[in-house]
Amino acid sequence: MAVIKSKINTRSDEFLNNTGNMKRLVQDLRDKLAQIKLGGGEAAQKKHLDRGKLLPRERINTLLDEGAPFLELSQLAALDVYSDNVPSAGIITGIGRVSGQECMIIANDATTKGGTYYPLTVKKHLRAQEIAEKNHLPCVYLVDSGGANLPNQDDVFPDRDHFGRIFYNQANMSAKGIPQIAVVMGSCTAGGAYVPAMADESIIVRQQGTIFLAGPPLVKAATGEVISAEDLGGADVHCKVSGVADHYAMNDQHALQIARKCVSRLNPHKQVTLDVQPSRPPLYDPEEIYGIVSEDLRKPYDVREVIARMVDGSEFDEFKQLYGTTLVTGFARLHGYPVGIIANNGVLFSEAALKGAHFIELCAQRGIPLVFLQNITGFMVGGKYESEGIAKNGAKMVMAVACAKVPKFTVLIGGSFGAGNYGMCGRAYDPTMMWMWPNARISVMGGEQAAGVLAQVKRDNMERKGETWAAEDEAAFKKPIVDQYEHQGHPYYASARLWDDGVIDPAQTRDALGLAISAALNAPAKDTRFGVFRM
Amino acid sequence: MFNKILIANRGEIACRVIRTAHLLGIRCVAIYSEADAKAMHVAMADEAVCVGPAASKDSYLKMDTILEVAKQTGAQAIHPGYGFLSENATFVQKCQDAGVVFIGPPAPAIVAMGSKSAAKRIMEDAGVPLVPGYHGEDQDPAVLRKHSDAMGYPVLLKATAGGGGKGMRVVWSADEFTSALEAAKREAMNGFGDDTMLVEKYLTKPRHVEIQVFCDQHGNSVYLAERDCSVQRRHQKVVEEAPAPGMSPELRKAMGEAAVRAAEAIGYEGAGTVEFLLDEDGSFYFMEMNTRLQVEHPVTELITGQDLVEWQLKVASGQPLPISQDEVQINGHAVEVRIYAEDPENDFLPATGKLEYLRTPEENRFVRVDTGVREGDEVSIYYDPMIAKLIVWDENRDRAMQRMSQALTEYRIAGMKTNTHFLKRLIDNSAFRAAELDTGFIEKHEAELFSNQGGSHGANPLALAALYTLLKQAQERAVEAERSRDTTSPWHLFTGWRMNETPHLPIRFKVGEEEKTVQVNWIEQGYRLEIDGHILIANGKLNDDRLQASLNGHSRNAFVAELNGHVTLFTDQGAFECQWLRPDLDSHDFEEEGGSLTAPMNGSIVAVLVEAGQQVKKGTALVIMEAMKMEHTITAASDGTVTEVFYRAGDLVAGGADLLAFEAAEA
Repeated sequence: MAVIKSKINTRSDEFLNNTGNMKRLVQDLRDKLAQIKLGGGEAAQKKHLDRGKLLPRERINTLLDEGAPFLELSQLAALDVYSDNVPSAGIITGIGRVSGQECMIIANDATTKGGTYYPLTVKKHLRAQEIAEKNHLPCVYLVDSGGANLPNQDDVFPDRDHFGRIFYNQANMSAKGIPQIAVVMGSCTAGGAYVPAMADESIIVRQQGTIFLAGPPLVKAATGEVISAEDLGGADVHCKVSGVADHYAMNDQHALQIARKCVSRLNPHKQVTLDVQPSRPPLYDPEEIYGIVSEDLRKPYDVREVIARMVDGSEFDEFKQLYGTTLVTGFARLHGYPVGIIANNGVLFSEAALKGAHFIELCAQRGIPLVFLQNITGFMVGGKYESEGIAKNGAKMVMAVACAKVPKFTVLIGGSFGAGNYGMCGRAYDPTMMWMWPNARISVMGGEQAAGVLAQVKRDNMERKGETWAAEDEAAFKKPIVDQYEHQGHPYYASARLWDDGVIDPAQTRDALGLAISAALNAPAKDTRFGVFRM
Repeated sequence: MFNKILIANRGEIACRVIRTAHLLGIRCVAIYSEADAKAMHVAMADEAVCVGPAASKDSYLKMDTILEVAKQTGAQAIHPGYGFLSENATFVQKCQDAGVVFIGPPAPAIVAMGSKSAAKRIMEDAGVPLVPGYHGEDQDPAVLRKHSDAMGYPVLLKATAGGGGKGMRVVWSADEFTSALEAAKREAMNGFGDDTMLVEKYLTKPRHVEIQVFCDQHGNSVYLAERDCSVQRRHQKVVEEAPAPGMSPELRKAMGEAAVRAAEAIGYEGAGTVEFLLDEDGSFYFMEMNTRLQVEHPVTELITGQDLVEWQLKVASGQPLPISQDEVQINGHAVEVRIYAEDPENDFLPATGKLEYLRTPEENRFVRVDTGVREGDEVSIYYDPMIAKLIVWDENRDRAMQRMSQALTEYRIAGMKTNTHFLKRLIDNSAFRAAELDTGFIEKHEAELFSNQGGSHGANPLALAALYTLLKQAQERAVEAERSRDTTSPWHLFTGWRMNETPHLPIRFKVGEEEKTVQVNWIEQGYRLEIDGHILIANGKLNDDRLQASLNGHSRNAFVAELNGHVTLFTDQGAFECQWLRPDLDSHDFEEEGGSLTAPMNGSIVAVLVEAGQQVKKGTALVIMEAMKMEHTITAASDGTVTEVFYRAGDLVAGGADLLAFEAAEA
């Protein structure tokens, strides 16, 4: 294997400057998340704790194997989306190791709006289930939710990818042999009652968990029957009489301990069909990525410097190194797993697109997971390029990406603009996992370009009418457009809306990828069949 | 000399005897009970024969069976060890009748010393000084009381047939007399089937100094200096040393000659010990004579360079004593402690269980370990819970004590409560080091000797325990990874990995009754531990039980034993115990807490003092249990009603079993 020799001067002003900038961005992300992790705030948390319940993150920590990783998803969900503050969209999801098995954990945060489902709560829940289904990860639902958020019912209830889809997914995952385990640690009202009811195994905490189709107020209104929540759907009813729940827990800890036991009895059959080698750290400190990547997306750098800080032993065997050089493709190992890496190193030309398509075919053929490092302004434009068929060549790469059935992982390490996003496995191309770095931006094109295009259109109109446009007027016209693109292209904006699975610290990318690859190996390998490549 | 002997004992003394016998080329037959089939003494012997079930009375005390075994195996002599049949004149007679040599004194000598009152009369006649007392046959409590009043309190009540502190009571004032007498009589009756009592003047600051004597069949007698066994609890020896601190050659000679006179007065033969109380003014009084080899004989061996078991074998086979009185030399200082399975913090309640982890100090010319157990062996309810005797020698007392202190830290036992930590505190105690000895030493220095009264451990032991759990878990993960089908998976990592967050992990411990949480952060240098607001940077390596730790850059070694989360940490500061509260080990009972009273340990029910339905006041005695030859009274923790009684007198119960159901009265 070829070892990447870094040419970075870690004492240069540029390196130090970049490092400072990235540290600031990472710190800002951490600060934001620290705030988000307070859930519904101190008062709500105290109330929750006073009831003898564990906070949702504590529940997850208790459920997980001690000191084992937790790959949390969509931490920034719903950030600044609603007029209400709904941290993490009121639900914590992620992949964690329980009794030695990677599981998808979906935990309601009852301290946030009673754990009710906002539209993005639903989206986040469904995304977690989608990942679970795709990767064959057993699901553990830590249920503590008041159900659909009633004021937002039109965006929560009726559509295909709304609340009902949760149970559809449970049914279909169970059918595929993907275990579904529910732990009822609070209310499970109305539709929510189906989470434990649809589960393969369910656990309920006495004098705390309740499962019913209608709560006491609704029952009273409907039939006049006066009954307490506990008598209506508590642990005693469901474990001793109705059979809706299977395991009776004394408290949160006990319930989670039972859940761990349930997971330990799943008889899993993860088969690693990859050629795996012992894991070795990169030769260079992953944190040096901070100094390589500039906050200014237009500043070029050699993406191999990033790869060198991600892969085992900084070893990277390039494919078509001398051809289509704006796209870097090659084989490496990540935590011992073989991966094919596709990384942008400039704008995409026809050759680069062909090279990318070829390399994806190789990896799909060999069953090697793909890692896309996306930093792309788009495909090259202009008469020369259109006439040499960049559209059909780009299409070949998009075809290859769309059809490849090996696990795909996408990291937006810089810009993600236009059709480049498609060729580099953007969200629409079903990457198994997709993350953004805090410096990344995503939009149909760059803010400057968009403003430029719109200004050009306006100028053409004005010129046709014989008007002139003062430079300062044009600047004033462009500014809000640039601002809008900057705002909407920001990783927080993107992640809040679940266009990705989270914003991550560049230095943690290697580990996140390793965890995600390993989790993906729970699913049996699939064969790829490509469509018609336009030649 | 014999070529084959039978050892009618078990445990360390059986092993001790076998060791010397083997050195002399004598083959050994061991006997064992069903409970001891895999015991160390069985493994060491050349032959071993099972003599009955676990209970001593059905096995180690079965005289005829044992003699039958001796005959079958062709053993020419029987070594009785100590305890069991060692001072049983009937057995000695039976041996003689069967033509087997009893390695010990002749029967009449045992009989003479067996009754304490009779012994004192003989001693009086032989001119051995006695403590003022009443040894009469009239056992009328009023008579005993009259004599006690005449002597003046405090007085000591003692069962004439007794020994080892059973059936013995100190009476500090006249109004305690009646209750103390009853208790002593009950114990004596239970223990020896004879509740005859004697009364003596109780010396308040006496030392227990005993003389080792040896007599052969040719009329030769020697004394092999003395042992100071003043440090006792409940009249059981805890530390024994030789020579006695501050002993002058003149006093040694006076006491030694008195002891020899005592032995000769009863026609003694073999090894014996004459126990004296030594008063502050140098006057000494005969207490009793033990007609056997004592537990603490090794300290005498280490200062005299003699092997007393070898002497016993020689004398019993008719040879003369190896050396004469003039040839007895005293060299250096030796000390012995008895390592027991017991809980010093809980009134020395005997403990039972499996020796899950056992490491002993390395033996050399300074350190000797006499033991009869190995790792994995049980300390059962059937026999004495002594695990070992640890004996050290050095040129003088200070150095010997220093060595003992060190050796105790190297004696590492987990799986049950032991007294090693208590012994270390005792050995390190400044008053003990200054040899301010008397039989009340432990009571006097209670505050310094018991850790729950002597301040709490600092952060360091807990930090070491936390470091251990971290390294242990990392190892467990590595093993799991190795076994898994996805060996390189980062999911196996024990780094607490979290997205966009510095990983942290709380580790919960129970130290005594207190719950403690250690907050752990993974950092580049290892682990950052926060304990009660203190920050420690820890890292290290764990190789089996050996923990090489660095705390804030200070490296140190410790040893760790862990069983189901029960962590015992052995450092140069002694042992530190805590319960690691691993989530998967938490037990969640469906039953409500409390409501019943449980047996503190394995044992048998002596008496049930209440009936179902009976209302009782807080502190009322409910059940009396006997375990490890001690009585334990279970009392009501609050006012309430006994709703059900689960056992009757005579039943055997397991430790932790509910004895009765109890409903506390509404407050």
